[in-house]
Amino acid sequence: MDWGTLIAISIGAIFINNVVLNRFLGLCPFLGVSKQLDAALGMGFAVIFVMTMASIVTFGIYNYILEPFGIEFLRTIAFILVIATLVQFVEMVIEKTSPSLYRALGIFLPLITTNCAVLGIAVLNIESSYGFVETVVHGLSAGVGFTIALILMAGIRERLELADVPESLKGVPVAFIVAGLMAIAFQGFAGLTAG
Amino acid sequence: MSLAREFTKGFVSENPVFRLALGLCPVLAVTTSLKNGVGMGLAATFVLVGSNVIVSLIRKGIPARIRIPCYIVVIASFVTVVDLVMAGYTPELHKNLGIFIPLIVVNCIILGRAEAFASKNGVGRSLIDGLGMGLGFTFALIVIASVREIIGTGKIWDLVLLGESYNPVLMAILSPGAFITLGLLIGLFNLIEQKRS
Repeated sequence: MDWGTLIAISIGAIFINNVVLNRFLGLCPFLGVSKQLDAALGMGFAVIFVMTMASIVTFGIYNYILEPFGIEFLRTIAFILVIATLVQFVEMVIEKTSPSLYRALGIFLPLITTNCAVLGIAVLNIESSYGFVETVVHGLSAGVGFTIALILMAGIRERLELADVPESLKGVPVAFIVAGLMAIAFQGFAGLTAG
Repeated sequence: MSLAREFTKGFVSENPVFRLALGLCPVLAVTTSLKNGVGMGLAATFVLVGSNVIVSLIRKGIPARIRIPCYIVVIASFVTVVDLVMAGYTPELHKNLGIFIPLIVVNCIILGRAEAFASKNGVGRSLIDGLGMGLGFTFALIVIASVREIIGTGKIWDLVLLGESYNPVLMAILSPGAFITLGLLIGLFNLIEQKRS
């Protein structure tokens, strides 16, 4: 493993296979929390944090518990419970250690348990048989990719408030069409690692 | 509410995808072809029916405070069953759906029905509700997948529909096509609902 591989994983997860726009993970918070820029920022950082932590913890669970005992089929159950517990734990730790960070991230943390991007990235780490460092880089970059998409979307939707949208397309439908246009733009990154 | 009404509400008036905008991640990811859409729909229906029945059976024994983790364990068990069965009998479909099979666990439709319906109703009604909602979800997947597959490849379920002269719009089966198709279809359903009321 060298820096080249890590940079390729990182660019790949942020731009080319963007969690939201290309892998279709985490659409609920993407639509739900993208109405205001401030909230989008808070949610983005909470996701980066939890996704990195979840990648680390699920890596340990899979490689040191599930695999040695030959019970890989329990992966789904084990991962979802671990992620739910982890989110609770992170919430308590932040509340104790940094009240100001807790106020900023607080309401977004419980929502992350149901963010399929977190479980999705954990499963992808295992299926790509990444080593420890690659797992951490992949989790972190996927979180950054999610945050970029979320912030861009929030910026566009704040402007969209002033636009004249047909009645039946207001709200969710027009948000999807905007996401589609963003996905077209992100398709342009596909050539980045081809060479 | 009659049983028939319980069954049909999932198709139009409370369609989980078009009306409630729930469980959208798999909807966009697997609708590149009709086959994948139907496979995903049926897998989710099985999990939904199974978890609704079990949650309804054990609803009186679960303390209210820890009910959500209990539901998640029940759902995750059914997802594991589906995952292993599909890997054994339909390996190609299993490969196409990829990580979206384990991700049925976090599909909000399933936890939503467990919490909003199965935890308050008897086994029979919960079974019908799960079946109706599951088939409504499948119906939504079929509609979106058909639109995308016809526009994107000119075929449907291996059947050539638009002939040689049609130039496929590849964008429809790539990710932008998924977002735009779903946006326009939700808009269409909103329009129909507005016209009716």
